[in-house]
Amino acid sequence: MLIEVRFHGRGGQGVVTAADILAVVGFKEGYYTLSFPMFGAEKRGTPVVSFLRIADEPIAERDEVYNPDYVVLLDPTVIETVNILAGIKNGGMVIANHPKKSDELKTELGAEKLNVKVTTINATKMAIEILGRPITNTAMVGAFAGATRLFKLETVVETVKEWFEDDKISEKNAKLAEKAYRYMMEVCR
Amino acid sequence: MKKVVRGFYAVAYSVKLCRPSVICAYPITPQTEIVENLAQMYADGELENCEYITAESEFGAASILVGASAAGARVFTATCSQGLILMSEILFNAAGLRLPIVLVNTNRALSAPLSIWNDHQDFMVLRDAGIIQVHVENNQEVHDMIPQAYKIAEDKKVLLPFMICMDGFKLTHAYEPIDLLEQETVDSFLPPYKPEYYLTTKKPIAMGCYAPPPFYMEFRVAMQNAMLRAKEIMRKVFREWAEVSGRDWGEHLAVDYPNSRIMVVAMGSIVAPLRKVVKELRSEGLDVGLVKIRTYRPFPVEDVQKELGSSEKIIVLDRSVSFGYEGPLSIDLKAALFGRSVEFYSYIVGLGGRDTSKDFLASIIRNVAHNKEKPGWAFKGYKEFEEVIP
Repeated sequence: MLIEVRFHGRGGQGVVTAADILAVVGFKEGYYTLSFPMFGAEKRGTPVVSFLRIADEPIAERDEVYNPDYVVLLDPTVIETVNILAGIKNGGMVIANHPKKSDELKTELGAEKLNVKVTTINATKMAIEILGRPITNTAMVGAFAGATRLFKLETVVETVKEWFEDDKISEKNAKLAEKAYRYMMEVCR
Repeated sequence: MKKVVRGFYAVAYSVKLCRPSVICAYPITPQTEIVENLAQMYADGELENCEYITAESEFGAASILVGASAAGARVFTATCSQGLILMSEILFNAAGLRLPIVLVNTNRALSAPLSIWNDHQDFMVLRDAGIIQVHVENNQEVHDMIPQAYKIAEDKKVLLPFMICMDGFKLTHAYEPIDLLEQETVDSFLPPYKPEYYLTTKKPIAMGCYAPPPFYMEFRVAMQNAMLRAKEIMRKVFREWAEVSGRDWGEHLAVDYPNSRIMVVAMGSIVAPLRKVVKELRSEGLDVGLVKIRTYRPFPVEDVQKELGSSEKIIVLDRSVSFGYEGPLSIDLKAALFGRSVEFYSYIVGLGGRDTSKDFLASIIRNVAHNKEKPGWAFKGYKEFEEVIP
């Protein structure tokens, strides 16, 4: 088993951190995991990507992910300039922070004819409600785990809590990740 | 204890456990976070009896380490690419001065054109400097190699700089589970550095003297003797490490499926996907094996002859060019196997971060196995283009 994930967002939104948190979550659940940023130089505000591999044996592949099983979108505006579907596997899934309904986004992405599932969550709205800021990386960590059911909610919450030193920030992010997880569990039934 | 960490941290944490006295560096991608992690540890008071010095350039950093090492300190730096070649004047000196400086090179392409991505051109510049060069396949191996590097370099029968070469980005930026060493394990394995000779006012000596023709050559012969002695000492230390850590990385070479008809030879992070490819190709019925070069200098001629001397076809995957000739690893292997009836298929791949996917590697091996290639050398994995000659 080798699951490959690509994260899209903008520099400064925690795109790399999202992949890193999930690498720790996967590790805690007994998987081999590997996350890494785009090779090169990232700039704040520009579209960036990060990558995650999850496997049940040591991971040898160290090239960037070109054929993801899952694409996770942290920032809805990125799709205006980046083809987030590039190379996605047949039967793959897009987990998107986007205010539109899943089928509307699927049409907008031009994915109607592809065998790809598109699921949306308004993570920006959730983040503003809980964190007071439009930072969606921990929400999308929860959304990924809830949509794929790869990892348990407890492991996600525990890892997000451990990630931040400040207790208040850590509690709020854990709450946000949990809300997104539960939402996706419901939507992806 | 297993923990998910980035490649940078796997290096920095292991350096800390080796109790260095002086760390000096200048930042360069993709090395920077190694020394950033060490600087953080220093600022947090985690590096006991250690001085962290920020230099104004790599030339300065290497110079400071030469001074510190000559005064008897255990020292560390990390660099790559343009930084490494800026250090090169000093590093050739460090070898001649017989200083056991340990440095990590995060293998990166050389300019021009400017590339911050991974290949093997940079360390090749230092190949003939009298510096021990060991290549690692993954971040656990680099974490494990650092205490071994100090033990080998500081052995009084060796006393040479030691360069650990790890692929930039592919390893440095990877965030993955690493079994982090315990302080007690490293302390029991690596004794403090107590050189017999060092710069001190109590017993003054001179180092790096002017050596006119009647003297110079003997110093260089002594360097070569030390390099050749290092082969056995490294073997011993590698074995000891396997005992101490429970992780056996092999000796100068690590071989999968020895004595196969076709042997693939490579070094660095490309070995990990090759391992899987070779296994898959064997299940297709191809008689193929893999040799991972760990020690590149001193070149393990005897080991190469033993493992590759009776193969029919050797596929070498170089990641740098000796312009006007071919890949340096291929040149070295051919010299080591001079006179044997073996066909060489030498390919230069993955320059400047160009991907080397498993499918790409498998197609190279299949083509050789199915006699679709003639012996010789070639670049693989580049776009055909028309060169403009004005």
